[in-house]
Amino acid sequence: MTIVATIPRLGHVERRTSRLPRLLAGAAGRGPAGLNQHERCFGALPLPDVAWNGDKAAARRALARLIDEVERSGLTGRGGAGFPTGRKLRAVAAGAGPAVVVANGSEGEPASRKDRLLLLRAPHLVLDGITLAAFAVGATEAYLVVHGIDSKLIARLEGAVRAREVAGIDPVMIEVVGIDDRYVASEQTAIVQYLNGGPGLPTFAPPRAHERGVANRPTAVNNIETLAHMALIARYGHAWFREAGVPAAPGTALVTVSGAVLRPGVYEIELGTPISEVIGLAGGPAERPQAILTGGYFGTWLPAEVAWTVPMSHPGLRSVGAAMGAGVLIVLPDTSCGLAETARVVRYLADEGAGQCGPCIFGLPALADALADLACHGGRGDAARRIAGLIPLIEGRGACRHPDGATQLAASALKAFGHDAHWHDVGGPCFTVRRPPLLPVPGAASAW
Amino acid sequence: MAAVSSFLHGPFLWYATRAAGLITLILLTAGMILGILNAGRFASRRWPRFLVQGLHRNLSLLALAFLALHVGTTVIDTYTSIGLQAAFVPFASSYKRFWLGLGAVACDLTLTLLVTSLLRQHIGHRLWRVVHWAGYLCWPVAVAHGLGAGTDHGSRWVLALTFACIGGVIGSVAYRAVQAIPARGVAR
Amino acid sequence: MLHRATAAVAARARGGECLVSYRLKVNPIMCKAHGLCAELLPEFIDRDPWGYPIVPDEPVPHDLEDLSRRAAATCPTLALIVSKGRR
Repeated sequence: MTIVATIPRLGHVERRTSRLPRLLAGAAGRGPAGLNQHERCFGALPLPDVAWNGDKAAARRALARLIDEVERSGLTGRGGAGFPTGRKLRAVAAGAGPAVVVANGSEGEPASRKDRLLLLRAPHLVLDGITLAAFAVGATEAYLVVHGIDSKLIARLEGAVRAREVAGIDPVMIEVVGIDDRYVASEQTAIVQYLNGGPGLPTFAPPRAHERGVANRPTAVNNIETLAHMALIARYGHAWFREAGVPAAPGTALVTVSGAVLRPGVYEIELGTPISEVIGLAGGPAERPQAILTGGYFGTWLPAEVAWTVPMSHPGLRSVGAAMGAGVLIVLPDTSCGLAETARVVRYLADEGAGQCGPCIFGLPALADALADLACHGGRGDAARRIAGLIPLIEGRGACRHPDGATQLAASALKAFGHDAHWHDVGGPCFTVRRPPLLPVPGAASAW
Repeated sequence: MAAVSSFLHGPFLWYATRAAGLITLILLTAGMILGILNAGRFASRRWPRFLVQGLHRNLSLLALAFLALHVGTTVIDTYTSIGLQAAFVPFASSYKRFWLGLGAVACDLTLTLLVTSLLRQHIGHRLWRVVHWAGYLCWPVAVAHGLGAGTDHGSRWVLALTFACIGGVIGSVAYRAVQAIPARGVAR
Repeated sequence: MLHRATAAVAARARGGECLVSYRLKVNPIMCKAHGLCAELLPEFIDRDPWGYPIVPDEPVPHDLEDLSRRAAATCPTLALIVSKGRR
């Protein structure tokens, strides 16, 4: 990756020779970009002086400009939901009293590695984004949430925060918080409850975080990649951001490509890039692809021929009934059984439930059982029907979207592997179920 | 005037307070048993959950009415100088201080249980639940008050009634304890 | 039974009866499948195979409104929530 040097002045910048890389531009080697390296590449944090002095009126004007810039850029959340970031910031800024910024770097999705990579290679870009978001919403507290078990990452992040403290960069101190590496603990309401001193488990919706979240204050919860993009938008402007990507999905995004590809890993792409090209970045398929899992374990299976030309973006994937999620692509080769992989993933999701809501506690294991029957035992002719019957009993009946992710995956598997499902149901499992598992399930032997 | 005087000084109020007290005991016991059954999710074709719960609620409210009668007749009765204060402030009476004090404790607890239950939708489930555990304290205290402060322990049928009430509650608690041993199929 | 309920709703709407509607919602974390709501409102609430209530997202039929308020008050864990809105 070449690093294009820029003259750092807010709003004025030399044109970059290529639109990529952006987020990963500062990450030259395999190590993290220190503060000096970061500032050499991107320039100093463009925080208006009013963030430091007490001039409230000027601060209000400046933060309105910043939110405006983010809104115009069309930046959407990179954590999975794809919600317009500007709108979220505006809602939190309009809330009563001082706000709280929570940067979610906990990446519960096992098939996603992008957040961890970004935090390791470009921590200061993320921290810039947190500070800017804190300024934009009038926050007096900021948290960066990662997995507590990842001591190496936490040490690096705390080091980065300390370096900034010494340089006097952030008006609001950023606290690095470690949470459980359970799947449901990374959910937005779970993080808010944890920061409020409760268990790291999802809560039932009202009140929404942007109204009353941490310490009952308006809280902006953003994925760390989203905040990193914000740090670049604040420097180079919304027009620059829109130069990459497509009008319906502007900017770049980090995606994790894995499965049967030659070079699995994290790649930065322009949104709207066809999936075939994204897989090409990862070296292309290692074997003939059968299907692609998009979005992660909360995602959807697409037959390879359907997925191939689909643009990698939220609207693009929605148009074929799939979801971009956290930018995960897993290539399933012809020699694997999609039903077996799905059965394993749904079993994992069933085990990872928070154990709070009946339909999820009972429904997901039943769904996992039915999928396992279909994939690995089969031959009784009723497994597919059982699965189809269970899905509406589970979907939408939990407090969080965890069961919905599992049902969505199961439903898309029945659709994408419909042919296989029929033959499994009447005849029994295919020989490819015996192939070593492809999708990583924590706790089992990992494909990574 | 003579009628009022004999009313206030004669044995009528004493009979009334004893009767009201016994009825309160029966109603509190019924409320207790139904509450325990409800917590144990007891249900049958003739006894759906909402019936068990509804009776528990209504019998407890009725118990409160008879409790008021019991307290009222005791206070008005001039034979013993038990003031209104003694009904609510434990151990404030000079007459049979300890046993009457228990009655005041039971009265306070009953009132607390009922008021919090009537306001349940406003105070939230968790707070209500914590307070409602006091029911397990309220009932035995009320029974002890009846046995200690009551003037009917000479009477066989009153004793039999009291022990029947005690038996009923012990039976329900045993049922509940046994039922809780293997983890229920339904989520906790 | 849900078809009957929906038909009743449609009939009311055509008849132009009151504009206020009630909706029922379950807090799935608080719900412990006691089932009193389904006992009181069998025409509206069904139970899934594990005992948990399936509450439709449509307004409660007019003639069941009182019962729905009672069901919310009776729920042992206060998991059933009644909200008022416009039809």
